Amino acid sequence: MTRESASERPMLEIRNLHATAGGVPILKGIDLVIRAGEVHAIMGPNGSGKSTLANVLAGKPGYAVTAGEVLFEGRDLTALAPEARAREGIFLAFQYPVEIPGVSNMYFLKQAANAVRAHRGMEELDAMEFLSLAREKMKLVEMSEALMSRAINEGFSGGEKKRNEILQMAVLEPRLAVLDETDSGLDIDALRIVANGVNALRGPARALLVITHYQRLLDFIVPDRVHVLSGGRIVKSGGKELAHELEAKGYGWIEKEAAA
Amino acid sequence: MSNESLEQLANRDYRWGFTTPIEQDVVEPGLSEDVIRFISAKKNEPAWMVDWRLEAYRRWQKLSEPHHWANVHYPPIDYQAIRYYAAPKAKPKLDSLDELDPELRRTYEKLGISLDEQKRLAGVAVDAVFDSVSVATTFKKELEKHGIIFCPFSEAVHKAPELVKQYLGSVVPQGDNFFAALNSAVFTDGSFVYIPPGVRCPMELSTYFRINASETGQFERTLIIADRGAYVSYLEGCTAPQRDENQLHAAVVELIALDDAEIKYSTVQNWYPGDAEGRGGIYNFVTKRGKCVGRRSKISWTQVETGSAITWKYPSCILLGDESVGEFYSVALTAKRQQADTGTKMIHIGKRTRSTIISKGISAGRGQNSYRGLVRIQKGADGARNYSQCDSLLIGSECGAHTFPYLEVANPTAQVEHEATTSKIGEDQLFYCQQRGISEEDAVNMIVNGFCKRVLRELPMEFAVEAQKLLGVSLEGAVG
Repeated sequence: MTRESASERPMLEIRNLHATAGGVPILKGIDLVIRAGEVHAIMGPNGSGKSTLANVLAGKPGYAVTAGEVLFEGRDLTALAPEARAREGIFLAFQYPVEIPGVSNMYFLKQAANAVRAHRGMEELDAMEFLSLAREKMKLVEMSEALMSRAINEGFSGGEKKRNEILQMAVLEPRLAVLDETDSGLDIDALRIVANGVNALRGPARALLVITHYQRLLDFIVPDRVHVLSGGRIVKSGGKELAHELEAKGYGWIEKEAAA
Repeated sequence: MSNESLEQLANRDYRWGFTTPIEQDVVEPGLSEDVIRFISAKKNEPAWMVDWRLEAYRRWQKLSEPHHWANVHYPPIDYQAIRYYAAPKAKPKLDSLDELDPELRRTYEKLGISLDEQKRLAGVAVDAVFDSVSVATTFKKELEKHGIIFCPFSEAVHKAPELVKQYLGSVVPQGDNFFAALNSAVFTDGSFVYIPPGVRCPMELSTYFRINASETGQFERTLIIADRGAYVSYLEGCTAPQRDENQLHAAVVELIALDDAEIKYSTVQNWYPGDAEGRGGIYNFVTKRGKCVGRRSKISWTQVETGSAITWKYPSCILLGDESVGEFYSVALTAKRQQADTGTKMIHIGKRTRSTIISKGISAGRGQNSYRGLVRIQKGADGARNYSQCDSLLIGSECGAHTFPYLEVANPTAQVEHEATTSKIGEDQLFYCQQRGISEEDAVNMIVNGFCKRVLRELPMEFAVEAQKLLGVSLEGAVG
């Protein structure tokens, strides 16, 4: 029983989460609480379970929760199908966005927007209404019209793919956005564009979970909290300065500290 | 979920499976010279037509079913158990569409085909073939103003005997293959089109084939002639009731394009595919071939094949005239236990002839999908060019895709290119769509339609929309 009122209730509560990927145990007891308006960063070495956490939150097939719970606005998230989670407001910016040949980027975005709007009891947007909404959001990430008429991510550069992810986020207006290594493969200019897009979407009603290997992204998207994931557990949490400490010292010292 | 809605869900795969309660004029099952004479007499055919049929029958008796090479499997067909003629009873000659049997009119309305000229939005003229006979042809008068003949085949034999005599069998001869010979002997109706020199047909012409009677085969014959510099776009659609038995559909289509003429032939084939266990469904064994007789003539086939238990068809082009062009755009979908062995033949004879083949095969459920295509460049075809692309998409793990390309090049100046891919609808693609709020079913539709886009955009607008919907319906429940 919770005594908190709705406004005080965390957006996301993860309690003792254990999960497997392809049958292999990866997450071994995660506890994490994120409130509306907050930006949390998850850092950690390769293989620590960062992407597994993102995929478990989004409900990707092949990932199974074996213990613990995940509550999104007080409701059991794990009981929902992936599309239901998306409609409820969970957005995952993929580390490797897929290509879908023959399906126009703009058409896809409109279908997604209208599916989410229908769920929220809003009217579907017609082609013209959607176009003006899309154009406004495209400015955020400097997306060109040419990329919108091409097939989803087909032949896009790494930077274009990541900008496309943030554009989708801007149009779908999620409550909780999980950015899975959005900085990987980006040069500094592309990183700046993507980060500016993300920052424009920060707000009191929205939470962000930024997963990254490097501190570099966190210079642009400054987090409220930083968590270090190692061996499927959060081994250290702190403020934004923790990211700098990690950058200077590497992950080794934390792993040692955690083992001690 | 209530029983009623469950039932709706179970029955929704084939919406066209109803039967029209109408009195039928049928012949007893079986095939003989007498049956052929009976059909011919029903149509008031002249002697030359009867002789032509009987000659075909004699050839058919010497041929055997093409079982050995096509990648399709079915029990032997008993040709004596099939009815070769069925027609709605007591149909006097119709002077106007208003006299059409209301039951038939309702049938076509249920199928989404309005035979009411006033009600049609776009300019599409329709010939409606119900079992063995044509029951209505719209916009005849309008077309006659341009000198265009668009009528049931049975009428053309009387109306344009010289054209029929000259061209019937000129592309697909009586003894071409087993099913074509059978068709030549017993064909009952179909459409005839003649576009005079220099005329661009002002509207789409279409034939809507409907099988209704049980135990009956449908053997229609279509002949389209585009005279010098003429253009026509022709559409064909087909459905059949849901039955446990297999029904044979063996059609022949012949296209002739003279100098600078162009024929665009589009098919959306949606015969009853049978149920999930493979019971029932249409055997769609069809011979379609076009001859680019004239210089710079063009024949373009576009097909979307979603129905039938078994599809065996190879819409082909004989590129005789110099600089003539042949095109084949195909989407073939096999779900449930459907089998398809389909593709094309491009025969390059004239100089600088060009052909394009774009084939998209989709397999789901326990469907088996084969592409079979021949590109032959004959000795005199200097500078001939072909481009072929065959892509297969697999949905699930119990289906199959096969590609059988044949290449015969006898001229060293020819250029032939062939590309082929096979892919599976990726879990990653589905998940990506779902993570954006799109349901799994909509995601599959979207991915499949994207895969077929290159072909679908060749279809006239109205048809393209119908084809997209059909692909979606045919794949319901194929994933998950």
